[in-house]
Amino acid sequence: MSATIDLPGFADPARDAQRAFRAVLAAMAEPGSLRMAGDDLIAPAPLAPATAAVLLTLVDGDMSLAMDAATYPAHPWVIFHCGTTLTEPAKARFIVALDCPDLSTLPSGSDEAPEESSTLILQVRALGSGTPYCLSGPGLRSPMILRADGLPADFAAHWAANHALFPRGIDIILCAGATLVALPRSMTVENA
Amino acid sequence: MKGYNFAYLDEQTKRMIRRAILKAVAIPGHQIPFGSREIPLPYGWGTGGIQVTAAILGADDRLKVIDQGADDTTNAVSIRRFFARTADVATTTKTADATVIQTRHRIPETALRDGQIIVYQVPQPEPMYRLEPSRVETRRMHALADYGLMHVKLYEDIARLGHIGISYDYPVMVNARYLMAPSPIPAFDNPKMHMMPALQLFGAGREKRIYAVPPYTEVRSLDFVDHPFHPARAPHACGLCGAGDSYLDEVLTDDRGGRLFVCSDTDYCETRRADGQVGAEGVPVGMPGGAVEATQ
Amino acid sequence: MAYVAVKGGERAIDNAHAWLAETRRGNPDVPEIGVAQIAEQIGRAVDRVMGEGSLFDRELAALAIKQSQGDLIEAAFLLRAYRTTLPRFIHSEPVDTAGMAIRRRISATFKDLPGGQILGPTYDYTHRLLDFALASEATVAAAPEASHPVGEMAHVHSLLRHEGLLENDEPAAAGEPGDLTRQPLSFPAPRDVRLQALARGDEGFLLALGYSTQRGWGGTHPFAGEIRMGEAVVEIIPPELGFPIDIGDITLTECQMINQFKGSKTVPAQFTRGYGLVFGHSERKAMAMALVDRAMRAEELGEDVTAPAQNIEFVLYHSDNVEGTGFTEHLKLPHYVDFQSELETVRRMRRDMAAPMAEVAQ
Ligand SMILES: [Zn+2]
Repeated sequence: MSATIDLPGFADPARDAQRAFRAVLAAMAEPGSLRMAGDDLIAPAPLAPATAAVLLTLVDGDMSLAMDAATYPAHPWVIFHCGTTLTEPAKARFIVALDCPDLSTLPSGSDEAPEESSTLILQVRALGSGTPYCLSGPGLRSPMILRADGLPADFAAHWAANHALFPRGIDIILCAGATLVALPRSMTVENA
Repeated sequence: MKGYNFAYLDEQTKRMIRRAILKAVAIPGHQIPFGSREIPLPYGWGTGGIQVTAAILGADDRLKVIDQGADDTTNAVSIRRFFARTADVATTTKTADATVIQTRHRIPETALRDGQIIVYQVPQPEPMYRLEPSRVETRRMHALADYGLMHVKLYEDIARLGHIGISYDYPVMVNARYLMAPSPIPAFDNPKMHMMPALQLFGAGREKRIYAVPPYTEVRSLDFVDHPFHPARAPHACGLCGAGDSYLDEVLTDDRGGRLFVCSDTDYCETRRADGQVGAEGVPVGMPGGAVEATQ
Repeated sequence: MAYVAVKGGERAIDNAHAWLAETRRGNPDVPEIGVAQIAEQIGRAVDRVMGEGSLFDRELAALAIKQSQGDLIEAAFLLRAYRTTLPRFIHSEPVDTAGMAIRRRISATFKDLPGGQILGPTYDYTHRLLDFALASEATVAAAPEASHPVGEMAHVHSLLRHEGLLENDEPAAAGEPGDLTRQPLSFPAPRDVRLQALARGDEGFLLALGYSTQRGWGGTHPFAGEIRMGEAVVEIIPPELGFPIDIGDITLTECQMINQFKGSKTVPAQFTRGYGLVFGHSERKAMAMALVDRAMRAEELGEDVTAPAQNIEFVLYHSDNVEGTGFTEHLKLPHYVDFQSELETVRRMRRDMAAPMAEVAQ
């Protein structure tokens, strides 16, 4: 456990966080597009470099964070480097998971404050290969195909229920290796 | 700058702003409250835009700052200097070369492209504030997508004046869901927001709101079938470069009604003149008086 | 003559700053004022700047006053912009104003009370005659010292409490109090956030609002239950120690306004309170704050909300002078583009109107 906590965070926090943020921002602005993040970060197992980079970039003591059981070995590293404590998913604004949770159980905001919803950082096996999904919505000039390996079989149906809540809803950042893809709640996702 | 963090803001503040920006992109046109900080420029002078820019800017960026379309107005100069000092970032006046453009009151004439980010300084993010000053009430209207108040106002304009009487900060519907203030750009610029390839971010420091329009997102200026939206510009050509499609500043040249119309977008005008375009009052670049000089 | 676009904004700004520095210094034959002189001799201005700048630091406030040529709103802004960059190591414990080392303490509701009335260094009973002796640098005689030291004094409201005539202190809200400098206002705004906004708020704005309540715009029948000024101890509890340690004193002015309350179906008639607490010796501000605080409790107490001072959203959104001055003064920034678009609209409206009028003339 102590070996994990000894792993460093960003080498140059201001610069590295800015780069990772721009990757996430570009991903959110163009849903489905593959972006690089954390490629020079040694992530604590079982987190992928992109997952670790997103956490270091967006989470701190001001934000509630939940992590699923499968990420357990990385918890000390996250608590130390993000300066935060862990809470349960139903109360968290950021959720890190290796197994996709039931989206309907996560905070989705209110009609007046749809931004008070959670962002799910979901680590999958691969992005750019795997099951094809067809994405359309703001950010995309025309529908595009996203390939992801490791999403639940009924993901498109779950997502449709989430999208139907708009403007409420969950936003997802998918991470695999040093790549990430964002699925803001505004997206329509269908099996391709 | 010694004693201050990169781009002035501390990392915790940047994270807070970055989280707000991401939610803003995920909910196009919705105003996200954020913990706007006091920064060393007065509220109303671009503090929201500056905080957004500071949260996104990196060493690889090239920043352009314009006010009224011009790179050389004092406020644009002052903000550009702020980032040159605190972030040591490369600056440019060329719209095409910039990765991040911070603007007050204009969208450049040169079409923005994929990957660029335009940051608008917003004095008043609430599009209905003149009709309903209580933000408690307007927030409820946004939640219900109840924009009847604005439609009634526009309809009354038409009944009374024959047309809609708003010429800048003309309200838009974003992604067919949220009524949004485009900031005080002339209505002439509104159509540029629709399906723009660049990411549009809006920062209101004093009012503590951030909102966004992702690339390729529907942005419709409110209108009626029998009174379609009409983006107006002065019916003249630029006196310096001859452009007939740009938004024009009116410059008074004497007290006998003499005036000159020139592009408000200085980069657009200068680029055209460098390409050899000459307006009725212009002098070709390279001729005496043709270069742009410091006269102050 | 061809038109040449005006450039050189950068040089104009540099020159303006140089001119400003020269003007700030004034006639070099007159000795330059020192920050210590401002801190010592223009103390009320320093107090106001610390309060509205939300930073208790007399030297920095004095520097800000010097830098701003005595423009106190500009000085408060300088302090705020500095304050926002400071890391927050720890939060203090709530200050105990009952334990304050009193320099001034008066009550308008009781002729005498335990601890007595202490006038302290007040202008209240000075006749407002210009003191020409101050124009020359005369030495000032020391003020007489009290024969016995002033001890701790219980708050007036605590003396009344046993009769149940006066509302009790609200139980402390669970969790940390709100902080406007980190989270934007949202409504309904809890009282801790409202009080923070008032403490940072513009003295002139609060004075006018408080005054308006006395003239019938949301009347609250106030009595100055107690005004006290003095030094209060600031304590922190470092996590590694687990017990409080004293890190210094701050000067505070506190006002407890006692207001009539008719009672309701469930609560018997009793006196309610408005509260004011500000840095330094700032009595006018503390009193105005207490009046406005009480006025903003109208809805909570089941009173009609009719006056500006009772409208929480109105008061909180307009009390901050750094926000207000920025937005008012931003009107001097260029607005050519907006004005041009309005010009075109007005011209079009005049054309539209002229056309039918010409028809009528024919
Ligand atoms: Zn031109």
